[in-house]
Amino acid sequence: MLILENITWSVPDGDSILKGVDLVIPSGGLTVITGPNGGGKTSLAKIVAGLYKPDSGRILLDGEDITNLSITERARKGVGYAFQQPVRFKGITVRDLLELAAGHPLEESELCDILGSVGLCTHDYIDREVSTGLSGGEIKRIEIASVLARSDTKLTIFDEPEAGIDLWSFAGLIEAFQKLKTKNSGSILIISHQERILNIADEIVVIAEGKVRAKGSRDEIMPVLLADEKAAHCPRGKEVY
Amino acid sequence: MNKITEKLLEVISDWKGVFDGAFNIREDGQCVGRQSSPNIRIDPLAGGAGLEIHVSSQAQGETVYIPACVTKSDVNDLVYNDFYIGDGADVVIVAGCGVHNDGEGEARHNGIHRFFVGKGAHVLYKEKHIGMGDGSGARRIDPITDITLEEDAVMEMDTTQISGVDSTVRTTNANLAARAKLIIHERLMTNDQETAKTDFTVNMNGEDAGVDLISRSVAKDRSHQEYRSVIRGNTRCTGHSECDAILVGNGTVSAAPELFAGHIDAALIHEAAIGKIAGEQILKLQTLGLTEEEAEQKIIDGFLKG
Repeated sequence: MLILENITWSVPDGDSILKGVDLVIPSGGLTVITGPNGGGKTSLAKIVAGLYKPDSGRILLDGEDITNLSITERARKGVGYAFQQPVRFKGITVRDLLELAAGHPLEESELCDILGSVGLCTHDYIDREVSTGLSGGEIKRIEIASVLARSDTKLTIFDEPEAGIDLWSFAGLIEAFQKLKTKNSGSILIISHQERILNIADEIVVIAEGKVRAKGSRDEIMPVLLADEKAAHCPRGKEVY
Repeated sequence: MNKITEKLLEVISDWKGVFDGAFNIREDGQCVGRQSSPNIRIDPLAGGAGLEIHVSSQAQGETVYIPACVTKSDVNDLVYNDFYIGDGADVVIVAGCGVHNDGEGEARHNGIHRFFVGKGAHVLYKEKHIGMGDGSGARRIDPITDITLEEDAVMEMDTTQISGVDSTVRTTNANLAARAKLIIHERLMTNDQETAKTDFTVNMNGEDAGVDLISRSVAKDRSHQEYRSVIRGNTRCTGHSECDAILVGNGTVSAAPELFAGHIDAALIHEAAIGKIAGEQILKLQTLGLTEEEAEQKIIDGFLKG
């Protein structure tokens, strides 16, 4: 279980992005965080993974305060994080990256399972460099695969996993998350605007203007989001998500 | 052959106590082992100044080993090796160089290798350089490689120098006839106060010749590297060079790539990037559980492997 207590964070030039976020993400479920662009979703994900340090507040993972732990320490305690903008490496192959993620060498069948779950054929990709030779969609899938390759994660965060995956049928992505949900006892946190991802959520959190605007089960929150989307205009404070 | 040579051979030419096929082992300027094979003949040049290696057209998938080792101080070894590759031959040439210096004087190897590659032949030339030993004397390796590719010949040059060489000047010149292809992969890492200069000149003289020159280097500590390449497209041809360097600590790199297009259909491309390891790369690997130091090492290992 992840607990966020009164998290605040400002960008270096002083603009306040997160203005006191309180949130509980239960274990064993899939939570989708949604909300308007610029509302603080990615900042919150980076704070949980340790890429940003909050100005104030506490982060508790299964009861342990991880607020002051480094990225590495959090990763070793079971926090996984898939970047919204994947990083490219000259010379590091897909196999290298997945083995680094898993923490040990991987058998061909294991590589097949991981890459297959993001819709890639193992033989075409394992020896390719994670560099500019891969398209935006390919590298995004490999980024997701690198997080799926990790074992024993207590919390796995995907930041806009759908971004850049234009050619891949969404069914594959949805299936990968559902599979992860069944095999992983930890929490899954996805930042997304996509209705089809929202549809597989157990819980939905709406973050806007640096705060939690709404939180509840999918059945509670989805109708509100869809009603907003169908509104003739977007009144202030009720942006289309 | 002494123990140091055996140790150096393990690193530079995958020596496992024996070479299969043709070989010549040079130790401190002397030959300590030589064997020809039915398709690969190794003859000494007069006065012991080097070798003539003749690879016949019948050689297909064979390997010849020509390693050279300097194992002590105050040795200045200069060797001339000429390789004549028959039309249509397919051969791997392993020609590493190791310099071990436990003393105060300089230990230096200067290998001048000339390749005359016949029509349609294929050569994979593997050259690994390393410096070892605890002495204060400098370890120097200054190779010169001259390559002549006849029509349709292909040469892949895989050249690596990872550590321990205080000073190196690496000069490679190539002339390509019609449809000949030259592929060069250079991997270089310098530490401490080491210096490395690389100088490539490739002339594409025959139509549809092509060169692909890829250099990846890491300059650590206070080391300094200079990279210079000149690709001349004198006719319809394709040329590509890619020079990437990573800086660590106070390492410095100077890169001067030059392209000359002497024909309307010469298509030449150069790409270059020098800089420290991108912060995002380290962050990504940290999110997989690596420390900053482990991440940096993995990134460098991968970069030099690729």
